[in-house]
Amino acid sequence: MTLALDDEKRVAVAPGPAADRGRARLRWPVRAGSVVAAVALWQVLTAANARLWVRFDRFPGPADVAREFGRQLRTGQYYLDVAQSVVRIASGFALAAVLGVAVGVAVARSRWANDLLGPLLEIVRPVPAIALVPVAILLFPRNEQGIVFITFVAAFFPVVVSTRHAVRALPPVWEDAVRTLGGGRARVLASVVLPGVLPGVFGGLSVGMGVAWICVVSAEMISGDFGVGYRTWQAYTIVDYPGVLVGMITIGVLGRVTSGVVELVGRRATRWLPGEEGRR
Amino acid sequence: MTPLSLRAEGATLGYGGRAVCTGLDLAVRPGEFLAVVGASGCGKSTLLRAFAGLLPPTAGAVMADGAPVAGPSPDRALVFQDDALLPWRSARRNVELPLAIRNVPRDRRRADADAWLARVGLADAGRRLPRQLSGGMRQRVQLARALAARPRALLMDEPFGALDAQTRAAMQRLLLDVLADAPATVVFVTHDVDEALLLGERIVVLGPAGVEQEIPNPRSATSDPARRAQVLAALGAPATGEEAA
Repeated sequence: MTLALDDEKRVAVAPGPAADRGRARLRWPVRAGSVVAAVALWQVLTAANARLWVRFDRFPGPADVAREFGRQLRTGQYYLDVAQSVVRIASGFALAAVLGVAVGVAVARSRWANDLLGPLLEIVRPVPAIALVPVAILLFPRNEQGIVFITFVAAFFPVVVSTRHAVRALPPVWEDAVRTLGGGRARVLASVVLPGVLPGVFGGLSVGMGVAWICVVSAEMISGDFGVGYRTWQAYTIVDYPGVLVGMITIGVLGRVTSGVVELVGRRATRWLPGEEGRR
Repeated sequence: MTPLSLRAEGATLGYGGRAVCTGLDLAVRPGEFLAVVGASGCGKSTLLRAFAGLLPPTAGAVMADGAPVAGPSPDRALVFQDDALLPWRSARRNVELPLAIRNVPRDRRRADADAWLARVGLADAGRRLPRQLSGGMRQRVQLARALAARPRALLMDEPFGALDAQTRAAMQRLLLDVLADAPATVVFVTHDVDEALLLGERIVVLGPAGVEQEIPNPRSATSDPARRAQVLAALGAPATGEEAA
């Protein structure tokens, strides 16, 4: 026998998608417009050779940069550099994500792990990853491994810190519920802790992706022989300013795309959050 | 599955050296529906946590079927007041959880979970996430999840406390109904005297020094005003209020 209770109708209904779509139609032109306005300002300042304390008279204009960009896009070198940097980011970031979550959970859930790893983490954390370049050169037989190591270190700490915090902020009722249903430590870890910390972890991953780009580019500038950062610095040493700006724009676009991917994956993985009701 | 007997003997319960309840003696017969009332902070929830095995007593003993309780067990299910469903799992996947823990094969797990959801009147809500359900529906899912573990004792901590009167009345009927064909010992903590009178076969008034009063309460369709007055007096409240907490 089933009982028909009449509280179904009190369930919140997501707001109609029509209103949302209307607002979204307006947002895209605004977003594109802000970028276009910045480029237009850049064009005006460089075309007028403006000298307003900051000097634009020798600064390459958008047209020069676009021409240089077009030229580079037709060379194989450009794609090779992009691929090199993306592979470095991807491997360093993936390592940081996996180890960062593992260490963060261990430190937050086990007193032993906290006593063993906690002080070490707190001492290494303040050292900027880019200051580890000499260490990386000494430690790793190949340049490539050193750069991935630096990228890994950069992204690792934000992930550890946010994971540790997210584990400690988990409401205890979920763990109690699973334990009273017969779940052991492994079950609590797999069914409560790991899914429960995801919102916090993705916060750390977003920050981590940002600093990973900063560090991969800096490391490439110092010790690379390929990659977007290396190419940008290379252009500077031969006084090829349009080339420098092409490098910077490339880094900006790659950074935007990768953090967008992290954001998107995070949204999909945490659709159960209360704030995600009518969002897309 | 035979219902479990539960027993506390001279039990002192508390958190971090602070005792909430001292020298508690209480026995629950197999299959009995025991309602526990008492002022706020008198250790009602603490008692349930001890029976569930989440909180070891600092002195005395807590036993299930004559054996000391060493930790949580699927024999003793705990139903919480609210928000104990895993919010990233759909209603059905929440109900499947105890079955997955018991290594029930996947297809049987699903059929079982659907049957329990239908039993609590939520046959169509299996795919919804907890945040897409009302408070009453979430508590019904929680009840289904607890029962899917086939517990021999149900420990309920103000499970309907956050619901409006109408939904609560429906949930109370549903609970008695489900228990009729899935018998279990029930320890039901509530701050609502009328709920205790409606559901309990025996009512225990709990205080910091243990059981203050025991009132047998043969269930009947109409609640006995004398017994209501007796419970309210034991709670030390003027006999007018709905709630004694």
